[in-house]
Amino acid sequence: MAQVKNRLTPFFDNITFDRDDNELVLNFGPQHPSAHGQLRLMLHLQQEQIVKAHPDIGYLHRGMEKMAENMIYNEFMPTTDRMDYIASSSNNYGFALAVEKLIDVDVPRRAKVIRMMLLEINRLMSHLFWLATTALDIGAMTVFLFAFREREYLMDIIEGYCGARLTHAAIRIGGVPLDIQDTFLSQLKTFLDKLPANIKDYEDLLDTNRIWLMRMEEVGTISKEMALSWGCSGPMLRASGVAWDIRKEEPYELYDEIEFNVPYSDKGDNFARYRIYMEEMRETAKILYQTMDMYEKCVENGETALMAHSPKYISAPKIDIMTQNYSLMQHFVLVTQGMRPPVGEVYIPTESPKGELGFYINSQGGPYPYRLKLRAPSFWHTGILTDLLPGHYIPDVVSIIGTTNIVFGEVDR
Amino acid sequence: MRAYTPKDDVQAKAYYTDRYYVAPQVPKQEVETDEVFTADLAAIKGKFDVKEAYIQVKQMVVYINANDIYGVLELMRDELEYTQLSEMSAIDWLAKDNTFEIFYQMLSMNKRKRIRIKFFIKKGEAVDSVEKLFRSADWSEREMFDMFGIEANNHPFMKRILMPYDWQGNPLLKTYPLQGDEFAAWYEVDKIYGKEARDVIGPENRDPAKVDRYDSERFARLGHEVPKGTKITGNEPRVEQTYQEEGGVFLVKKFDKKSSVIVDDPQR
Amino acid sequence: MAQHKVNYTQDGGLPVALTTIDKVANWGRSNSLWAMTYGLACCGIEMMAAGASRYDFDRFGTIFRASPRQSDVMIVAGTLTKKHAEFIKRLYDQMTEPRWVISMGSCANTGGMFNTYATVQGVDRVIPVDLYLPGCAPRPETLQYGVMLLQKKIRANKASNAQKPKRLM
Repeated sequence: MAQVKNRLTPFFDNITFDRDDNELVLNFGPQHPSAHGQLRLMLHLQQEQIVKAHPDIGYLHRGMEKMAENMIYNEFMPTTDRMDYIASSSNNYGFALAVEKLIDVDVPRRAKVIRMMLLEINRLMSHLFWLATTALDIGAMTVFLFAFREREYLMDIIEGYCGARLTHAAIRIGGVPLDIQDTFLSQLKTFLDKLPANIKDYEDLLDTNRIWLMRMEEVGTISKEMALSWGCSGPMLRASGVAWDIRKEEPYELYDEIEFNVPYSDKGDNFARYRIYMEEMRETAKILYQTMDMYEKCVENGETALMAHSPKYISAPKIDIMTQNYSLMQHFVLVTQGMRPPVGEVYIPTESPKGELGFYINSQGGPYPYRLKLRAPSFWHTGILTDLLPGHYIPDVVSIIGTTNIVFGEVDR
Repeated sequence: MRAYTPKDDVQAKAYYTDRYYVAPQVPKQEVETDEVFTADLAAIKGKFDVKEAYIQVKQMVVYINANDIYGVLELMRDELEYTQLSEMSAIDWLAKDNTFEIFYQMLSMNKRKRIRIKFFIKKGEAVDSVEKLFRSADWSEREMFDMFGIEANNHPFMKRILMPYDWQGNPLLKTYPLQGDEFAAWYEVDKIYGKEARDVIGPENRDPAKVDRYDSERFARLGHEVPKGTKITGNEPRVEQTYQEEGGVFLVKKFDKKSSVIVDDPQR
Repeated sequence: MAQHKVNYTQDGGLPVALTTIDKVANWGRSNSLWAMTYGLACCGIEMMAAGASRYDFDRFGTIFRASPRQSDVMIVAGTLTKKHAEFIKRLYDQMTEPRWVISMGSCANTGGMFNTYATVQGVDRVIPVDLYLPGCAPRPETLQYGVMLLQKKIRANKASNAQKPKRLM
């Protein structure tokens, strides 16, 4: 087939081609295998050194905030899956929590425990994925294969729970839709028992690896002031010397009943971030063990409720809908017209694997949110590249983008 | 008679609202109920004009004047330890009273408190950029400009960030339809092939429930392929698919179930 | 001097195989489909999973290449936005013929759940597509099955005009 004529002309904004200096302008992306998505970077180079970096985003802008304004609250839940698609349940949870604060319902304890398990499994999945892709970008193919192997086991567990591998939609406003399956705890325990050995495998491969160290240590150093000023959160902030974890400082769910440490470092370079991800995986395993005990206690105490009881906003359990007329009518109204939260606004931050994931909801008493703003951590972690990249060399770009752990569903929304 | 749809807000509306329905409110507390917030508010009130302040869902909301924003945020960063600007954006109230509401979500890690600073501006007015105080405002203000068309004074690079530079319209305005306007519908066709290709490529299918069983253009099916534009009646003979490995291809063998051996004993 | 004797009638026949050019060319093309890494969104993660340990795409001869000039099949995995549309066309033009396109996932097929101003409603508005995979996101098995179907499609064609005039312009 002959090539179809098109009208595309080279698109180089912000670049003057008649110039006197020796700067080379390098276009990186938007479709680059190691850009972790659709990041476009305009790099001004002085020999091999970057003097100016201009990140260009928006290549995955899908209009989620606009969609939210045209959807009832429950309808928007599956859309949140596609934000940070490495750890879908974290987004589900962030949205569900924000709406729950708005309508002021309290979730049953058993549902809370299940939610925490899902959140932490998602955190593990996200960190494993981060390790795999970053190692692949830097050239460690073995770690990629190892980490994906473990990630597939976790996906099996999640798939047994909600039926999906990637886009879970496993959390509802007011609780969780299902109890965990019979094999969930045993599978999870088997996995967690193996996990320390697995993490040690990765560390054996990487920690003393000369190439890994050369590309990680003293590269991409973010100072504390810079991290705060750019709105960094999560591991990016903790690597720069601020021990700020929302799970610890502003506890939601049952995180205040759980013992875990918040790893942080003062170095602020790529290697510090890598170490924090590894340590967080261990902490997550610790949290998961404790939630498993909490779940078993819930079963012993005979707590069976999984959804909050709030007839105005949340449908009754399925058995009531099938047997009681009023529940059926209320369910019908909630599904066809949607819940109507009170007039007001709320901003609720949660600690997603990437950082502070916040949902700002402005409700005007209608079934559709008047304004919904998604505060996604990766947005600012991409922005910081503007200030971070100058002074580094071209090969460092890939390792810096890798350790910022940006996901473009979240950056562009 | 056709139902009237207001032109200044084309977003989804409630299908039915009881005429006596009064929406409840998310409860607001007095600022005095929290010591930290009381001190913070007093510090802001000492230098700037505060219109309204209350606590809602454990966060303080402070309404100020639009031109005080740089000073207030500077005060909060330097003296009140609100070191991070988590988020900022706008809310469109153009249909109501021709204003935008701008909010700045601040975080203090030492106090573990969050404050939302808000103010109103008229349509066409610009906000003062706080990019010098918080670098994170650099991209937030660009996003606000992209989505609402609100410019920020003294911003170093006031350009679109999420939409292409040659985009028309501000998507998050209430007057902008969810599925885009005429420009958005033909954007990629116009850009790649030119306007004259519109007839060839055809309009977008925006109806998610549309089913066309004789569709020959959008979905190719193996064994039923026809050239583009063929009128399909449904009585076309099926195109027989023959696979070359039936007769044996060089080095490729078709799996033969009959001649295969099933191993039952795993210890074998 | 010892002579090495080969008894062709006993040892598996003559070292000669007879076939047609079509078959050889299609055999080569279908069993070494080098895919271009075109992970745009969520489906890109499943595409990576298909290439990683458990699903192991290399078994099908499918190796991901980072350059359009080295690849035969473009797996469009994820949402194509209006801002990105021109780049997919440009990269498609850079691929050498014969070339195929797999549209992976609902977003690439029809725009999927993102029925908004910023999303191209189907990647086939910009480039011709050979195979549509349903799902949001499709499992790696679906992608593997899709590649197997594409192999069948390649083998069913004549090698000389494997690239039939496709849709779109």
